[in-house]
Amino acid sequence: MTLIDHLPVLAVIVPLLAAPLCVLIDRARPAWLIALAASWLSFGAAILLLLQVTQSGTISYHLGGWPPPWGIEYRIDLLSAYVLLIVTAIAAVVMVFAWHSVESEIPSERIARFYAALLLAFAGLAGITTTGDAFNVFVFLEISSLASYAIISMGRDRRALNAAFQYLMMGTIGATFILIGIGFLYMMTGTLNMQDLAALLPEVSDTRTVRAGFAFLTVGIGLKLALFPLHLWLPNAYAYAPSTVTAFLAATATKVAVYALLRVLLDVFGVEFSLQAMPLNLILMVLGLVGIVSASLVAVFQDDIKRMLAYSSVAQIGYMVLGIGLANTTGVTAAILHVFNHALMKGALFLALGAIAYRLGTATLRDFAGLGRRMPWTMAAIVIGGLSLIGVPPTAGFISKWYLVLGTLEQGLWPVTLLVLFGSLLALIYVWKLVEAAYFKPAPANAPAVAEAPLSMLIPVWLLVGANVYFGIHTDISVGVASQAATQLMGAGG
Amino acid sequence: MNELPGLYNDWVAIFLMMAGFYVVISQGNLVKKLVGLALFQTSVFILYISLGKVAGGHAPIYDPAIAIYSNPLPHVLILTAIVVGVATTAVGLALVVRIHEAYGSVEEDDIQAADEAESTASSSEASAEEDAKQ
Repeated sequence: MTLIDHLPVLAVIVPLLAAPLCVLIDRARPAWLIALAASWLSFGAAILLLLQVTQSGTISYHLGGWPPPWGIEYRIDLLSAYVLLIVTAIAAVVMVFAWHSVESEIPSERIARFYAALLLAFAGLAGITTTGDAFNVFVFLEISSLASYAIISMGRDRRALNAAFQYLMMGTIGATFILIGIGFLYMMTGTLNMQDLAALLPEVSDTRTVRAGFAFLTVGIGLKLALFPLHLWLPNAYAYAPSTVTAFLAATATKVAVYALLRVLLDVFGVEFSLQAMPLNLILMVLGLVGIVSASLVAVFQDDIKRMLAYSSVAQIGYMVLGIGLANTTGVTAAILHVFNHALMKGALFLALGAIAYRLGTATLRDFAGLGRRMPWTMAAIVIGGLSLIGVPPTAGFISKWYLVLGTLEQGLWPVTLLVLFGSLLALIYVWKLVEAAYFKPAPANAPAVAEAPLSMLIPVWLLVGANVYFGIHTDISVGVASQAATQLMGAGG
Repeated sequence: MNELPGLYNDWVAIFLMMAGFYVVISQGNLVKKLVGLALFQTSVFILYISLGKVAGGHAPIYDPAIAIYSNPLPHVLILTAIVVGVATTAVGLALVVRIHEAYGSVEEDDIQAADEAESTASSSEASAEEDAKQ
């Protein structure tokens, strides 16, 4: 076997092994270089994997040479390659940004260990997307969650500690629910391999055990996903975490949870069971809509910009869940597409906020006054990211909203269409608040002199902003892969 | 199956699970919350371990005289889950220590009160600034 055959595991294992290396070296600069190298290597592996999957179909990698269903299988199909690409790309870009931001926000003796935890969180997320084994998902989920509790708690504000603790409570309950669900499925089928589960479940699907397992899994993933009534941990965790962490987690962690939801609902249980036999399509649709409207409304009234964007994330998750709840191929395409596009826009926005926090120390609405003149490039990035968030053409956000609207119309649910548009309108309001403060309000007289952010921060921000515009115009790659993956998922069950 | 004790191991596991869950929800003390969380996780371990039992089965150690073995796989899985549980408790306790250092308390109500006092103080400071400008 050549190195190419080992790509599926390399994407995960490189950051996983780099993490202890950072701890052993325990010096800030080398640790950052290791983290940077690991994330870019992983990104490279993900690109190659996506190419390989589009050319020659699903890859099945047997860990340690043990064939499934006995051994652990890493299974890369279009959906996992696509999500893996998003996760690794964001990690690679965020790592470039991280150096200055982390240096200013985290005590220097902790920086090496911070990178170790960040790499572990990254490895866990990459692992969830690649693995084809249900129990492995739980393990990777806990690796990434435990690491994220630690890095969230490193925020400068002491409220970060409490936010991390709350997240730990809810996250652990979610993960344990997932564990229970997997246990119930194992009880009925005697297998943990997802393909095997998918093949064996239909026979026993009409039992209470499977239904209970289904419910536990859905609620557990819902907690990780920050699905509307289960989202309480998210705003605080995002608001008080270090800027780098917020950007990384906002762009990847919830996306991977959406992936897990898609995988479990549509692949393992199958469309027929999840969205037709169980009334989950209706539940997801209603929760998604309530999430969109209520979280957007709350976001309008936030003064802390990180918190505002965190609530907006809850709303955006609503769009993705709504797409799944529509239970047609267009809806699922919209959900997958929005995973991709939302990672780009929230990545860009939170990184730009990180640049502002680097210069100003905080990022509240008051600090934004007159910032359009003083940090023109950063503010321009926020404006374009914001436009993408609203869904204005020609940005990436428009594309996924377009598919979502198409999906709702396909089902003849025009009130839902109106609510989706109403959600965009609310996004317009909170993005406008930023623009108004930055461009139409004079800087306060006693404002500290502020320079533009350093290049090592601007380049990652503009890379993501550029991607927002690029994928708003050239939709072949993002839409092409998303719709193929959606067809695969919907076809597998129906 | 339908008589009440049924699979009594499931009843035990569910009772522990709900007891742990209740502690997490009802207690305001962060350490007690963690205890509840640990109980909640442990109950799931018991659920898993008991489902590996095969009626009349022996311990899964190979011996030609034995025909039926219990299923060792759930035990192995739970070994991993126990490690996860220990790590969770460790991270949780570490956070509680840091919270105690920062707030001087591990009671949820005290922490919330301190946070609220802080945010009202900072917002009144902000409005004072605005007043000063005018």
